Amino acid sequence: MVDFDVIIVGAGPAGSVAASVLAKEGKSVLVIERGAYAGAKNMTGGRLYSHALKKLFPQFEEEAPLERKITHEKISLISAQGNTTLDFTSPALGIAGQDSYSVLRAPFDQWLASQAEAAGAEYIYGIAVESLIIEDGRVCGVCAGDDMIRAHVTILADGVNSLLAASAGLGAKLSPHRMAVGVKEVIELPEQVIEDRFLCEPQEGCAWLFVGDATKGHVGGGFLYTNRGSLSLGIVATLSDLCKSRVPIYQMLEDFKNHPAMRPVLKNGKTVEYSGHLIPEGGYRMVPTLYGNGCMVAGDAAMLCMNLGYQVRGMDLAIASGECSAHAAREALETGRYDKEALSSYEGRLRESFVLRDMQASADFPDFMESTSRLFKGYPEMCQAIFQSLFVVDGKPGRPLGKKLLSPVKELGLMNVLKDARKGVKAL
Amino acid sequence: MTTEAKVNVEEKLACNKYNVDEGHAHIALKEEGADNLFDQLILCCPAALYRRGENGARSFDYAGCLECGTCRVLCGDTLLERWEYPQSSMGVSYRFG
Ligand SMILES: Cc1cc2nc3c(=O)[nH]c(=O)nc-3n(C[C@H](O)[C@H](O)[C@H](O)COP(=O)(O)OP(=O)(O)OC[C@H]3O[C@@H](n4cnc5c(N)ncnc54)[C@H](O)[C@@H]3O)c2cc1C
Ligand code: SF4
Repeated sequence: MVDFDVIIVGAGPAGSVAASVLAKEGKSVLVIERGAYAGAKNMTGGRLYSHALKKLFPQFEEEAPLERKITHEKISLISAQGNTTLDFTSPALGIAGQDSYSVLRAPFDQWLASQAEAAGAEYIYGIAVESLIIEDGRVCGVCAGDDMIRAHVTILADGVNSLLAASAGLGAKLSPHRMAVGVKEVIELPEQVIEDRFLCEPQEGCAWLFVGDATKGHVGGGFLYTNRGSLSLGIVATLSDLCKSRVPIYQMLEDFKNHPAMRPVLKNGKTVEYSGHLIPEGGYRMVPTLYGNGCMVAGDAAMLCMNLGYQVRGMDLAIASGECSAHAAREALETGRYDKEALSSYEGRLRESFVLRDMQASADFPDFMESTSRLFKGYPEMCQAIFQSLFVVDGKPGRPLGKKLLSPVKELGLMNVLKDARKGVKAL
Repeated sequence: MTTEAKVNVEEKLACNKYNVDEGHAHIALKEEGADNLFDQLILCCPAALYRRGENGARSFDYAGCLECGTCRVLCGDTLLERWEYPQSSMGVSYRFG
């Protein structure tokens, strides 16, 4: 006897998308979320690449609580005093199917959950699943509160800190080399001020990533996303390297806010929330076993996340993996078999989709980032020196421009720079 | 280790909405444990909940926890007695996220 066809743990994007797809197929679905509402426990940097959502919710642009469409990309090499920025804008950023939006997770996750509920999924909030019911080596449901709830298939979409996956033999060991901590402030500013400071049209916005002094030269970086009436500003730092820092993460964020390049951008802003969250950034090599008897893991719980420095992606992978897991569950329900083999189509689907393909394509990148310390300390300073020599006029007799420009490169070692560039290109 | 921290994190945490479970600490530290590991917690906990007093005594306060799991990844097998999620609807509730 089962209570539901499928139980899903976690009402983040992975869980609510899985619930929505299954409910639309007429399956009975229960989602259990430990937060008081969907999104209550969730934080993200800020940008949703929309392609995976668009496939499932073709009208999402009108319906979902999106903040701004990202039409400006900025990447900065930030040194202690200087800041060198690449600023890119193009109509290609806004074309449907390849567009991206800043989002805030409390409203966004509630909207996604409401879509699944409208399709017939049931939700319980405010209760954490404590353990899985495992009988004869098969997951048969969950224990939550005083209840044992049974299902044919259980989908673990319980996020990066999945306490459950390991008990089903599916979790990854979370190593400090493969995990980063993110800390973020939501800083309120009037919409008009945001548009003026970021040179954006109403409802359009900017994504801005920083490497260098935002993390005091440690592996990681800073981010800023424009929301409708606020900025999401934060930093991400790889734990193993953060442990070697002299400055704690919260002070890094404060110093980043006070950097001469940032202070005017944030001026008169009011911090209304302060959040922290882990990111699984180990990439393809950290992806654990994705399914077992009666059970699948999706989203961050399955480490399906990519941190490429200039691009962080987890939500689109969570959405697509939620969808793939739902289709695998649907097939299993049709055949009445719920063992490992019956659920193996989940991995097949992920391999055919962009999820594991994109992750595999950048499998070397996490090691490249970690082993190329000059990215975080060295290149930002080099850029500052180069542009300083180009732009500063002080009346002293000059040296030839070529010499001026090359000397900061020589300081790092021309060979080192070339080697790093080669490594980087290869890792991507 | 030198820790260069001046910012008042408590002020930032005060912006957040919490429902603190006064009766149960969802994270608990062991009495003993290596100093260098405790230093890692000081550096990495975004809420600055792991501290050393002037006399060097360790302190930890679960009330402002952001439930990120960083301390669990770093010291779950060493310094921590337990790391659980707060019970039903307790803990932090992000209004923005
Ligand atoms: C600082 C930062 C910046 C990021 N920037 C970006 C970005 O710009 N773009 C992008 O695409 N991605 C970004 N990501 C990654 C992205 O946020 C995640 O990959 C994504 O949220 C994963 O979704 P999910 O549904 O798998 O997990 P989550 O959103 O974490 O959802 C898991 C849910 O499970 C619940 N839960 C956990 N345990 C239990 C339990 N035992 N019982 C019941 N419920 C439980 C949680 O409360 C939560 O609601 C960023 C992440 C961070 C931390
Ligand atoms: S879970 Fe995160 S916020 Fe809470 S004590 Fe541990 S490191 Fe600090």
